[in-house]
Amino acid sequence: MPRRSGRSEDQRTERMLGALAIAVLVLIGAMIVTVFVNAWPSFSSNGLSWFGPGGNVDTQLRAMQESTPLPGHDISYFRAWPLIWGTLLTTVFAVVLALVVSILAAVFLTEFAPAPVRRTLEPVIRLLAGVPSVVYGLIGILALAPLINQHLISNARKQSVAYVVQLNGADLTTATVILAVMITPIMVALIAGALESVPLPWREGSVALGVNRWRTIVRVSLRTARPAIVAATVLATARALGEAIMLAMVSGGRGFAANPLDGLTFLFEPVRPLAATIVQQSEGLTIAPLAHTIYAMAAVLLVSAALLSFAGWAAKQPLKQYGIRA
Amino acid sequence: MEAGGLVPAPARPIIVRPRRQSSASWPLIDRIGYWLCWATGIALCLIALAIVVFMFVKGIAYLRPALFVKSPAPSLQQSQSGGFLDPIVGTLIITAIGTVIAAPAGVALAVWISEYGRPVSLARAVESAIDVIAGVPSVVLAIFGLLVFSESFLGFLSQNAVNGSVYGRSFFAAGIVMAILALPLIVGSTREALAQVPDRVREASYALGKSRASTIRWVLLPSIRPQIASGIALGMGRIVGDTAIITILLGVTLTTEGVGSVPLIGTLRGTGSTLTSYVYNNSPAGEGNAPQKAYAAAFVLLMVVLALNALVTRLTGGRERGGRLSALRRALASRRPEWTR
Repeated sequence: MPRRSGRSEDQRTERMLGALAIAVLVLIGAMIVTVFVNAWPSFSSNGLSWFGPGGNVDTQLRAMQESTPLPGHDISYFRAWPLIWGTLLTTVFAVVLALVVSILAAVFLTEFAPAPVRRTLEPVIRLLAGVPSVVYGLIGILALAPLINQHLISNARKQSVAYVVQLNGADLTTATVILAVMITPIMVALIAGALESVPLPWREGSVALGVNRWRTIVRVSLRTARPAIVAATVLATARALGEAIMLAMVSGGRGFAANPLDGLTFLFEPVRPLAATIVQQSEGLTIAPLAHTIYAMAAVLLVSAALLSFAGWAAKQPLKQYGIRA
Repeated sequence: MEAGGLVPAPARPIIVRPRRQSSASWPLIDRIGYWLCWATGIALCLIALAIVVFMFVKGIAYLRPALFVKSPAPSLQQSQSGGFLDPIVGTLIITAIGTVIAAPAGVALAVWISEYGRPVSLARAVESAIDVIAGVPSVVLAIFGLLVFSESFLGFLSQNAVNGSVYGRSFFAAGIVMAILALPLIVGSTREALAQVPDRVREASYALGKSRASTIRWVLLPSIRPQIASGIALGMGRIVGDTAIITILLGVTLTTEGVGSVPLIGTLRGTGSTLTSYVYNNSPAGEGNAPQKAYAAAFVLLMVVLALNALVTRLTGGRERGGRLSALRRALASRRPEWTR
């Protein structure tokens, strides 16, 4: 390797790499600005009631697609509440379910699992994390939804809401279960990592005081790892919010605000989250008012993702005082 | 030990080890927790097993050799609707474009952040930007990409519609946006690997008169090649598995539709499909609704992803600190390279 004048070569390299870094920064800035600029017409013509309830979203979207305003309304009239509600329901339910499962699984993985079981479980978790979302969607729509339709939804239940919505198994429950399966591996990996890095003397100290292993885990390990658990939850929430294809496939595809007042039937009503709506309406990106509405949904997702990413960062700060880098 | 050799060495002390504490002595609630942990672990294994077995059974039942060599054809009969040759080629093309762009860019970014990183505020901002990419839903990236590639000066990357506007959907467009999607994974892997190279290696290289740039090129990068490769494989897994970007940015024609007469560039400017969009289209949610084809394609897709997964394990296996999940963990947390310090 012939050595050229080292310093100028160094400076050149640094400048080139720095330029690339700035390019990435500009790209992200451009993305945020573009999405918001394109979203603005929809927000400004609907005001804050964009987020509120009012009418059927699907009718409103179709009106924009066909450029025929709904009677008595502007062409860009849009009330996103059913979609936001659907996003909240699927995300919160799936994250709560996944949180319980993944804490137990992470404790099992780090504390109780014998070596052979551990060696099986780790690849299994990686496998679950690696399955593409479209495969999960396929399993959901072709295996889980018919199962739920046949065994969990009685005919009486179907008839009780038949005048507003049809129940066919592609619903809130299916979406929640599959979404939870999708985000659990992420959370297990992160929580197990945090549990592993709890300093051993702390646990030994607790055990030496006569505290049994389970209490040691709950009182020492899990408590120390709490910020990491919060951070993992936040990350999983971001994933759940942004999941589009799987939810477009299994959640029923109707912009329907599932109504908790329907009792248990509520769990079997279709929903459609924001990200899934973007995918399903993507053909309409050439039609101006519809495109603005779609970008408005994207802006909502973008802001939520950014807030979550910041929350995850903030949640991890306390771990640093223990010298744990999570 | 001062008394030295006169005193006979004492016999090994007799240590009475208490029997390993069994959970039988625990309070009931603790035992319930213990068994719940076991149950969850086993349940996770069973769910994974169910998924794999289900996909295997369905996949193998509907997989025919002919499916690999036939192009998709529009037909309502599943026996007439062809195979998934074009989607497989499409997946390869998209993965190739995405990797070719993301790999050098990701490695370069990681090198800049951890080896140069001046001014510090810019480095922090770039880290946050990469974090934002990691957190942004791919569907948002996709519609942003559609907007960008519909600009008239980028018309050469896709095709012009009849009314003069730019279509914005092509292999180029989808591949480039996929590169953005894979970037955080490659940056994360490379950064963690660079942080694990001890400083004395760099110092030794400087002592031999090498410049910083050539230390990076000839000392650091070769020593972390496996980790870079595993990051690239993780990124490829992400690219292969993503559907939202494909359905929005590749234009969902089932067959590869080239533009113009230039052979390779024409194809890349044109539209097509990949395995993921093929599965989506043939699922009951899509237009095709041919579940048998969807199962077969999903099986192939799963095999590709599993192969990439196994590649990551092989590349990082054994030598990896922090257990075998660390590659996955790293993929999730692009920003904080060292898991523990």
